[in-house]
Amino acid sequence: MAASEQAKLMSNRQSSPAKNGGWQQDIYGALKRTGVEIIAYVPDAAHAAAIDAANEDPEMHAVSCTTEEEGIAICAGSHLGGKRAALLMQSSGVGNCINMLSLIRMCRFPLLVLVTMRGEWAEFNPWQSPMGLVVEKSLGLMGVQCFRAELASEVFTQLAAAAESAFAGDQACALILGQRLIGRKTWVE
Amino acid sequence: MGRINVSGRYLNRRDVVAQLLERRNDALVVTGLGAPSYDVMAAGDHDNNFYLWGAMGGAAMVGLGLALSQPDRTVLVITGDGEQLMGMGGLATIGVAKPDNLIITVLNNEHYGETGMQRSHAGRGVDLVAVAKACGFAGSRRIKDEAKLKELCADLNECAGPLYAEIMIKTDEPERVLPPRDGVFVKNRFRHALGFPPI
Repeated sequence: MAASEQAKLMSNRQSSPAKNGGWQQDIYGALKRTGVEIIAYVPDAAHAAAIDAANEDPEMHAVSCTTEEEGIAICAGSHLGGKRAALLMQSSGVGNCINMLSLIRMCRFPLLVLVTMRGEWAEFNPWQSPMGLVVEKSLGLMGVQCFRAELASEVFTQLAAAAESAFAGDQACALILGQRLIGRKTWVE
Repeated sequence: MGRINVSGRYLNRRDVVAQLLERRNDALVVTGLGAPSYDVMAAGDHDNNFYLWGAMGGAAMVGLGLALSQPDRTVLVITGDGEQLMGMGGLATIGVAKPDNLIITVLNNEHYGETGMQRSHAGRGVDLVAVAKACGFAGSRRIKDEAKLKELCADLNECAGPLYAEIMIKTDEPERVLPPRDGVFVKNRFRHALGFPPI
């Protein structure tokens, strides 16, 4: 296929109508209601609403990290000091966290990570797939329990479950927000 | 490539850490894996010490999370040059977050001591004091003598952070004094001392 035809094809790809549905806007409020006072993040488009809300809220510490493993250690330190933290990242960041997750496992720190998926559903960029396809396996190998949401109607039930297991149960938990839930990325406007 | 600054110039690591901790008052302490953990243990175990035995590159970030959650307490991270180099991006994260109660002290012997004294980047011209300064730390200094160390000790509970202090130490390897390796125990003990119950 010629490059121009491919670009035309890509321009016809539409974002899923669910992309800007309520759940992305409501994640921040749900995190706050679970008592989270510190949000560490490496940006992803699907976390943009939560990141903006965290940065605008004077009661929230929003910590922008250069790499996701920093966020794992920040969550550990927050718990040592008695505050609840959450970490937001994209699927490609999971691999950056592997050794730092020993800290969580060795000390049985609670951990709440929200992972927005790439590389698993209607993915245009193949470079996202090697990490995206092993996110849950990788987290599982390091002792992180995964809760998955594929439909907007599941997001808040699964988030509440992950948060309770993390903060009441001292478990390491990740909420996996599926790529189908997030919708296709539009490559060419 | 031979070892540099074996003796003579620079400070003795155990003396440095003992002097820092004498002035800790109610500071919360996080140690980086390897010799800094042994140095802090040698100065005396404490309920508000959190010792890392792994998670290399994470000490300053554990300190950041702690500093944000305990804004009224000074948080003192004591780590080594190799450990901090692995988490160099974390200096940028601290520079942006700007917790005024966080002090990162790096015991710099310019080598990876735990693995056989290989020269580190800090011994090959990389200047972490300049990095911390460029990242927006409120203060960043290199300490090579007793007089400057005393100034740092005096500043521990008064200066406005985030502060980066790199302390030049000899490459000697004092006897290991091992802190507890049971992470759950150390975590619960640390939190208990702050008034938080276990689950």
